[in-house]
Amino acid sequence: MNLLRLALGSLLNRRFAVVLTICTIALSIGLLVLVEQLRAEVRQGFYRSVSGTDLIVGARTAPVQLLLYSVFGIGDATNNISYQTYRELAELREVAWAVPMALGDSHRGFRVVGTSQDFFEHFRYGNRQPLNLASGQVFDDLFEVVVGHQVARQLGYTVGDKIVLAHGTGRVSLQQHDDHPFTISGILAPTATPVDQQLFISLAAHQAIHIGWETGMQRPGASIDADAARARAEELRPQSITSVLLGLTSRAAVFGLQRRVNDYRAEALTAVMPGITLQELWRITGLAEQILRVVAGLVVLAGLLGMLTVLLTTLNERRREMAILRANGARPLQIAGLLVFEAGLIAAAGIVVGLLLALGVQFLAAPWLLEHYGVHVGVSLPAAGVWQLLAGIWLAGLLVALVPALLAYRRTLADGMQIRT
Amino acid sequence: MTENLIHVRDLSYTWPGDARPVLVLPELTLARGEKLFLFGPSGSGKSTLLALIGGLIRPGQGVIEFDGIDLGRLSGPRRDRFRAEHLGVIFQQFNLLPWLDVRANVILPCRFSRARAKRAGNMQTEAGRLLQAMDLAPELWNRRADALSVGQQQRVAAARALIGNPALVLADEPTSALDSDRRSRFLELLFAQVEAAGSTLLFVSHDRELAARFDRHLDLGELNRAEVVA
Repeated sequence: MNLLRLALGSLLNRRFAVVLTICTIALSIGLLVLVEQLRAEVRQGFYRSVSGTDLIVGARTAPVQLLLYSVFGIGDATNNISYQTYRELAELREVAWAVPMALGDSHRGFRVVGTSQDFFEHFRYGNRQPLNLASGQVFDDLFEVVVGHQVARQLGYTVGDKIVLAHGTGRVSLQQHDDHPFTISGILAPTATPVDQQLFISLAAHQAIHIGWETGMQRPGASIDADAARARAEELRPQSITSVLLGLTSRAAVFGLQRRVNDYRAEALTAVMPGITLQELWRITGLAEQILRVVAGLVVLAGLLGMLTVLLTTLNERRREMAILRANGARPLQIAGLLVFEAGLIAAAGIVVGLLLALGVQFLAAPWLLEHYGVHVGVSLPAAGVWQLLAGIWLAGLLVALVPALLAYRRTLADGMQIRT
Repeated sequence: MTENLIHVRDLSYTWPGDARPVLVLPELTLARGEKLFLFGPSGSGKSTLLALIGGLIRPGQGVIEFDGIDLGRLSGPRRDRFRAEHLGVIFQQFNLLPWLDVRANVILPCRFSRARAKRAGNMQTEAGRLLQAMDLAPELWNRRADALSVGQQQRVAAARALIGNPALVLADEPTSALDSDRRSRFLELLFAQVEAAGSTLLFVSHDRELAARFDRHLDLGELNRAEVVA
């Protein structure tokens, strides 16, 4: 229709106000979509990381805490469990595989995990995918290390490089295990889970680098050289580890085993089901999410009200325009329609720009989230619910426009042909 | 086909919310092809009369016959269509949509009436012809309307009022923003084109000097029986 061109011309004529309005709406939509997207993606990312693990066992602690430190590297363990317990768990009939994890060391901000070869064989993530090596092989020698994809990428490591691990998990470590440099034996393929952010050594190596560190500090003159350590590899049985990831032969056994572990006599243990513990975590973060959503919703409301304000203020300036249109044969309904059309266009533009903005920020923030929190945030299209929400907001925009449209309608009827200014 | 294009009888109009009518008009006729000068000082009810004849408002009482059709009996949308089809309007000033170019402004009424667009034929060419006739050079046609001088804008408005040969051209003080030389020139051009289009002209002004040039002149202040509270 020809009227569309008139509306576009009029909008272009007021492009400054129009662009500002679109920006306001775009920012609010961007915030809303970003909150929703990150929420969904973060949850997705967490689930990916634990999807293949049936139970996580650690020292008695809060389930959420155990999950966070053992899988996601958030926070630290307060207590360890004995190696003996790990062996006993691994022997259980219902247990298909048991992966030990000994934490506490780091390399340039990345966590070092002492584990067994079972980890590479049995650990599953995402859609039950196994770990693959991008290059090299699993550690074989005592002083060999396998590094995650991001570790290699960010630090520029290749197979054969020698690295020094640090004591403690701080980003800046003053205490280096520089008496025992490690050789990179393999680099894992990307998994988009915290595994990408970690380095893996054998439990024996974990033990070896801590010889002479029993007090938490290096005892002068107490370290042993690499060859001596290798010679003693057999006796490098760790006393304790941080946690154990368990895969069961049948998922049905999980509740029974969890109860038995929690009631374990020799030691105070906690066994958690990752999925259920994540639900618990979401319950904790749910309030914050709700608040964010409400805030984002209010910001969208503010954006729409901003549009209403602009439409109402321009209504006065445009009285002449409307009188001219009217005198030349426009119906009051057409003039009201122009306003609704305009609002629809502004709202649609705002929504599209906002959506792109959110996806852009998500895209840019993804590496940062991955690096700092080990959470993989994919840039995916919003879920159906988000689209519905956006459609609802667009309709709300049209609804808001009914106010100036109604005013214009009544005014054009009352003004007659006279141009009142 | 009646001899009179417009025939107003026993017309009375009160604006909503007002206690008394602003316009009480026993009779007013406008012959086909006639150029009528209506002297209308402010407060004489001239805006109301123009809005009534333009079909923007419906008479409270009485009849406005336009080409034999009683405007008061048409529905709102029908009156709007009627106006788009049969009426050209020139205001005192600020006639044009500033963000449209000159030629698009002239074509504007054709956007609201297919019949009028049809009568205009090739709209672009017809708009060009009228602009040329109103003494506006082609290099102005693609400019934004607000880039033109006031005098030029009024001539564009006249071209717009005339596109598609409307039966009636309503001019509401179109010359009041012009100096006397331009006023004269504007009237000459307008008359020539109104005649060429075969249109009837109702010209309302408070400037009596112009009256002599018209076929007939009337004083709305005298015709209007409403008690004007001025």
